Parts: sequence; C-alpha cells; structure tokens
Amino acid sequence: MTTLTAKDKQTVKAFWAKVSGKSEDIGASAVARMLVVYPQTKTYFSHWQDQSPNSPAARKHGKTVMMGVGDAVTKIDDLKEGLKELSQLHAFTLRVDPANFKILSHNILVVMAVMFPTDFTPEVHVSLDKFLAAVSLALAEKYR
Amino acid sequence: MPENSVSADLQTGSDKMVEWTDFERDTIKDIFSRIKYDVVGPAAFARCLVVYPWTQRYFGGFGNLYNAAAIKGNPMVSKHGTTIIHGLDRAVKNLDDIENTYTELSVLHSEKLHVDPDNFKLLADCLTIVVAAQLGKEFTGEVQAAFQKFLAVVVSSLGRQYH
Repeated sequence: MTTLTAKDKQTVKAFWAKVSGKSEDIGASAVARMLVVYPQTKTYFSHWQDQSPNSPAARKHGKTVMMGVGDAVTKIDDLKEGLKELSQLHAFTLRVDPANFKILSHNILVVMAVMFPTDFTPEVHVSLDKFLAAVSLALAEKYR
Repeated sequence: MPENSVSADLQTGSDKMVEWTDFERDTIKDIFSRIKYDVVGPAAFARCLVVYPWTQRYFGGFGNLYNAAAIKGNPMVSKHGTTIIHGLDRAVKNLDDIENTYTELSVLHSEKLHVDPDNFKLLADCLTIVVAAQLGKEFTGEVQAAFQKFLAVVVSSLGRQYH
C-alpha cells in the first residue's frame, strides 16, 4: 500500500514545488481544522495556554509540521532512514497515537483542495495520499 | 485490510436520534444549495475510483476505467456520480430521520450490490475534498465538521441493514 512508484514521487515533488511557498498557511490551516473537526486531538496540546485553532501556538505547530513534510519530500527515496530521528521523537517523547497521523494527513489534503482546487487533481491526490501514508508509517517506525 | 478513512465513526442506536445544532442544519442545507450536483457528484465519484482503485471492483460493467483520464471522461461514471449526490439530497431533506430514509438503500447496497460498507467512508472522504475545492475559503473548519458529521450519519445509516 505504501510503495511509492516513480510516478508518485515525481508527482509529489512537482506538486510540492508549486505549493511549498504557502507551506506555513497550509500547516496552520490543517492544524486548525484538525483541532476543530477532531476535538480529541486537542488532548495533545493541553500545555498550550491558548488552545484555540488559530492561536499563535497552533500556527507555529502547523509550520513545524509542514517543515517536516517538506523535509520528507527531499528524503522521498528512503523515508524510513530519512525520518529516523523524527520517528524517535514521536515514539519516545511525543507518543502521538499513530491514528492521528491519518487525521492530520486528511486535513492536509482538505487544505490542498481548498487552496489549490485546480492543481489538486485526482492524480495528485492519490500520490499525495500515498506519500503522507508512507510518511506516517516512517514516523511510527520506532514506536515498538 | 487497514482502515483507510478518517470519517468519524458514529454509533447511533436505533432509539437514539442524531442531534443537529442550528449551525449544522443551516450549514448542511447551505452546502447542498450551493454545490453543482452534476459537477460535484461525478467529480467525487471519479476521484474515489482514482484514489482508491479497489473500489472499481463494483463497476465492472462501466467500461473503460483504465486510468484517471478514462475515469473522468466515462459517461457511466458521471451518471452514477449524479445518482449518488441526488441520493444524499434525500438525507438533507430528512435530517431528523436519515436512518429510515436509507433503509431500502442500505438493503440494496448489502443484498443486491454487495458493497463493503467501508467503501462508503472512502467516498465520503472524496466528497469532502471535492466540496472543499468548490467552496474554497468558505469551507471553514466548522463547516467541515458539520459536513463530515452529516456524511458520517449517512454512512452509518447505509451500513445498518447489513447482516
């Protein structure tokens, strides 16, 4: 399910080149949606003083997440190796239940549809969905 | 087969009615009054066949589904996409009794069409994406939540008559 074909990688890289300039907005919007549509995800952010979806902390977190996604694009040929440290972080420090990777991925896709309706074709959608699934798998690698 | 979708899972017992806030009711009706049925239906269904290609298993009689371009241009795909969205319309008009509204459709999908109910969630996710693309910035987080809740109730109702 998560083997990226050459076409997938090409599609992801080309789409990322188009959208990465807006990565902060993408991240902020995806995290905000996640907190609103899936309120159980707020449990990971109880340490934020302001838990509202558009708070500075939420925006900053969106930026952090998308920097990780952008980094993953550059490491698309070996995500397991390339995301080793991030996986350790998520496994031992953050301990985010991996079900939430799917939730955030879904919201990233929704934001792509909102912000890039003509570029986010079904072909791009399937490759990006596969890519985010592969990233999620690599992030969960060190969990157990 | 791992779960592929993140549409919310709803456990509604037959004696528990789904409660809608005014915002949710207004939002759902507003969305359906604004989207173009003959654009959104076909686009969402085509997207589902492309993004989750195993869903093509139910459409062996639809002819050429060989690649994304063929799927998008396939007239049977368009027609079925329009049928689906009109089916959703029935739920919009019966928000307080979606379960009973879909009893026959649920039996149809189970007994005659033999559709794995997990597929409903995949189509729901594609509908969310397509509606998001149509509405743009107006598809806020709150609107998304209402729409996804609506789709979750529909999906749950369609799965109720499976035995």
